[in-house]
Amino acid sequence: MVWVNALVQGLLLGGLFALFATGLSLAFGVMKFVNLAHGDLAILGAFLAVSTTATLDISPWLALLVVVPVMAALGYLLQRYFFNYTIGDNPLPSILVTFGLGVVIQNALLERYSADSRGLDAGSVETASIKLTDGISIGWLPLIVLLVAVGVLVGLQLFVSRTRLGRAFRATSDDPVTARLMGVNDRNVYAVVMAIAFATVAVAGVFLGIRQTFGPSDGPAQLLVGFEAVVIGGLGSLWGTLLGGAIIGVAQTVGNQVDVETGWLSGPLLGHLIFLLVLVFKPNGLLGRSRRTS
Amino acid sequence: MSPVDARPATPAPGAYRISRSGIDATVGTIVFAAAAVVLALAPWWDADAGLRTKLIPILLYLSLAQMWNLLAGFAGLVSVGQQMFVGVGMYALLSFAEDQGLDPYLSVPLCGLVAVLLSVPVAALAFRLKAGYFAIGTWVIAEVVRLFVNEWGYLGGGTVRGLTPATLGSYSKATRQDVTFWLALALAVGATLVVVAVLRSRVGLALRAVRDSESGARGLGVDATRTKVLVWLIAAFWTGCTGAVILLNTTSTRSDSAFSVSQWTALVIFVVVIGGVGSTTGPIFGVIVYFALDQLLDNADTWRFIVLGTIAALFAVVAPTGLYGLIQKWKPLQFFPVRRTLVARQPQ
Repeated sequence: MVWVNALVQGLLLGGLFALFATGLSLAFGVMKFVNLAHGDLAILGAFLAVSTTATLDISPWLALLVVVPVMAALGYLLQRYFFNYTIGDNPLPSILVTFGLGVVIQNALLERYSADSRGLDAGSVETASIKLTDGISIGWLPLIVLLVAVGVLVGLQLFVSRTRLGRAFRATSDDPVTARLMGVNDRNVYAVVMAIAFATVAVAGVFLGIRQTFGPSDGPAQLLVGFEAVVIGGLGSLWGTLLGGAIIGVAQTVGNQVDVETGWLSGPLLGHLIFLLVLVFKPNGLLGRSRRTS
Repeated sequence: MSPVDARPATPAPGAYRISRSGIDATVGTIVFAAAAVVLALAPWWDADAGLRTKLIPILLYLSLAQMWNLLAGFAGLVSVGQQMFVGVGMYALLSFAEDQGLDPYLSVPLCGLVAVLLSVPVAALAFRLKAGYFAIGTWVIAEVVRLFVNEWGYLGGGTVRGLTPATLGSYSKATRQDVTFWLALALAVGATLVVVAVLRSRVGLALRAVRDSESGARGLGVDATRTKVLVWLIAAFWTGCTGAVILLNTTSTRSDSAFSVSQWTALVIFVVVIGGVGSTTGPIFGVIVYFALDQLLDNADTWRFIVLGTIAALFAVVAPTGLYGLIQKWKPLQFFPVRRTLVARQPQ
């Protein structure tokens, strides 16, 4: 029964991981941009929520209304006036600038908030659960997180496939030069993509903060998990990202259960190992199309 | 499509020769050699080791920086997982010296070999990923290695382990100071020479061809993968040896600091980016800036990362070729003889 429970909890946890992965996947899909600061931005979002809840005396759920627009604006401005200069054939500058930004965010948070672990208090919903059987119950909080993750992914899918701006995303992704000739402002498209990426990762960061305690140096772990979900699912596939998140989630809860039973292995370690296995046997991911050679 | 006859006429054989040196490279090499000799004599002019204790970490950073630059700047392998080779070098030395009873100083090259052993399966996995995903992929693998060491009781798990007086006892304190300094100097100078030697060889030519256009280079018969693997192994060996000497200098560690991404990869990346990615002199400029800043910031750890990270991020966007690139804009100098230029021969 404990194993079935680990499976169920892992699937729920996968929702959070998919939310971490969404922004990475989108930015890579549209502009081949790999943001190494992605995890640190999630933690930045969580700390912004800490300050917002403390200053305005509101719940973390309401704090989202402040944190998400602030982070989206930050993403837009950073991309528009900074990152855009690194977009090109050479991926090195974009890797270096985002890696540097991540380290700066981490240490700035350390300076401002100290190394203590923090948490966001969302009240009784944190412990409320639906009891299925004796050994298995579904917490309301993980369920809400999973539903929000699915909602975000569905919304994004619809946005990209149905709207005019979404069409510009796809056009720029396929061929930025031609898209520009057709009147698409690619610099603006990139900035909007980054705004969405920052918004989703801020939501993920706040949810993480409600679920568990966090500290300034927890960012890279979130980056790695999000990245693994993207690669396992297959580059450029949003549904693959959800599947990848679920697989990493299950691997982590099962790994933790193994740790409890045998004292060996740990959640993050099993998650990483599953990722490496997928990399060996399905390098294009489970739902990824084979990459075009361009 | 350009008409064939628009190409310039093929020059007569012997009209040009390939030159790899010039007055600038000769002066650069002499300055570098002189600095190395002066530093090697440091035990005689810095008897109380006041300067040497500050220089050892800087020299070790130069060694790491040259190797990271060889990977990222020349082979397009932007690794964020070099801390795994540093950490493995440190733990290999602990194991050789403490558990196997080998001489700690003579074990240093063995630690490099252990890092090479690790680097082979890592390459098999990480080389499936490109560019930014390669960067995160190497980071994941470094995390896996760190977590394994954490779990593995034989190496001491996550607790502090160090070289004991029993192991180091056969050497006096002064000897240990001198040998550790010389090893650090040898690694820094050696790393620079290895990179210069690689770049002067056919491999170096192939590397830069692959960096500028992988498909073009493949079309000319360059085995891009083999070239990258070779460079990857060299960097793993040197980084592993450097890790071993880092342990000789600090004498103790635990898994979290031995495999620290910020300590052994982030700072190294900042040093190279500020000095100049893709140039042999860049890392040297970078460590000088790092050394100067470190004196100003008085070892305040968080501020060191904030200041260096901000400067590096700005350089990556505004001046992607770093300080070296800024000098190049003023005058195309090269300080090591690695670039091939065509020189017209004087007509007879």
